[in-house]
Amino acid sequence: MSGPNRRVALKVVGATLGAGAFAYAAQPVAQWGAGLSLEETLRRHYKELTPDELAQILRRLEAETKEKYGVDVRIDDIPAQEGVSFGYALNLSICIGCRKCAEACHQENNHDRRTNNSYIRVIEMEQGSFELERGTVDYDHAVPAPGKFYMPVQCHQCDDAPCVKVCPVEATWKEKDGIVVVDYDWCIGCRYCEAACPYHARRFNWREPEIPADEINPDQAYLSNRIRPQGVVEKCTFCLHRTRRGLLPACLEACPTGARVFGNLLDPSSDIRWVLENKRVYVLKEELGTRPRFFYFFDE
Amino acid sequence: MILSKEHASTDVALARRVQWPPAVRITALLAPAAIALACCGSDPPRALRPPPGPPTGRIEIHQPERLTSIASDQRDALGRPLRVACVTCHSQRVPTTLPSTVTELDEFHQGLRFEHGALSCGSCHVAGDQRSLRRADGTMIDMRDAMDLCRQCHGPQTRDYDHGSHGGMTGHWDLSVGGRVRNHCVDCHDPHTPAFQPSLPVLPPRDHGITRQPSRGDH
Repeated sequence: MSGPNRRVALKVVGATLGAGAFAYAAQPVAQWGAGLSLEETLRRHYKELTPDELAQILRRLEAETKEKYGVDVRIDDIPAQEGVSFGYALNLSICIGCRKCAEACHQENNHDRRTNNSYIRVIEMEQGSFELERGTVDYDHAVPAPGKFYMPVQCHQCDDAPCVKVCPVEATWKEKDGIVVVDYDWCIGCRYCEAACPYHARRFNWREPEIPADEINPDQAYLSNRIRPQGVVEKCTFCLHRTRRGLLPACLEACPTGARVFGNLLDPSSDIRWVLENKRVYVLKEELGTRPRFFYFFDE
Repeated sequence: MILSKEHASTDVALARRVQWPPAVRITALLAPAAIALACCGSDPPRALRPPPGPPTGRIEIHQPERLTSIASDQRDALGRPLRVACVTCHSQRVPTTLPSTVTELDEFHQGLRFEHGALSCGSCHVAGDQRSLRRADGTMIDMRDAMDLCRQCHGPQTRDYDHGSHGGMTGHWDLSVGGRVRNHCVDCHDPHTPAFQPSLPVLPPRDHGITRQPSRGDH
């Protein structure tokens, strides 16, 4: 008699605990309607989307931006171009550390105004030293200061990108033209990529970006400067929404000294190729084997 | 959970013995196929756009105001510094000689700073013709071609400029799509005091974790 009774009691306790655990685990699913539509949840990976599905997503994102920020924007999907492989070089001999590149990035890429966020960090360092750890990024004196040099750092679009390798959900990948992109709607915000990047090039959206309506750049792309949601990682895309249309990146246009050289590595007559072939070029943290597409060079 | 081989084989044997109804068996057979169809689809991989065409875009050089006008100490109605075209004065007043140094300027162009090597006014300027410049070999060039004058001495900068690695620009990297506007030497370098003047940086970073705060240590 006592055996079966105990068995029943254990079954009841087990079932109750199991149901409780299931309910707890399923909580996010119950709250699903709040921030995420069914359509968003069931969609396929960016690379598997049909043109129709992608168009639907773009129109939905445009409508959401209108609702949240009160602005009409255009979000395009611009595929990579055949015969194009982007490269970027920066002349440390003439960079003056004015941070105009960081400011242009801030405006072009719809960054959060509260944090002055930008994909570019300009590091001020002692001449003759190369210790990044001893550099400062929040200097506020007139530049160029005597005895200092300036090194802007942004995403190096590595060919062997550590950030891409660590992503557990394939929310970030390398495109055919060399640009490492993030699908902000696929990112789960684990920040592994941020930790993996040796150049501190990735940023996390702790909060939803705050941008006044009249400052929003309405010319947006899905994998680039559309306004990011809270809780996802973002990074420099070499201004994909501009450069895949043949334009120069915003940071280059803003540079008053012409320290920045951008172009197609596959075009032997391009300026970037001339720099790589004729200047003293080096890559940051070469020993890590990340194979960056961002190069630094000196005049002498 | 790790099943031992024994357990697994018993389960398989058990499953073989059970007679499932035909409907269940058909569904079980079709399900993987249906899932495969739904998930993988038959979409072709996303196509790349065609490669860049031949370069047709023009590369223009910006023409700075400084070549044809001079700043005054006056401001216009909108508060902008008022510039005076060279021709405003020089159409009436044609100097016959040039001073050798800026200290000799006693009536016009007073207070002009000059820090550009050991050059004298006549090294570049032409007495009586404010629209022209004289190259070292004596040939006259138009003021708008002032860069040809700079090129005489600044070889490495000229070489770098010609390969797009000195001097700012706007427009297209891909000249098959559109043109490009290059800065003129004089856009950034005052010909009389060519060293780049220090200025205050913009956009101080405010994102936490990267600015140095004494209380947080050096991280």
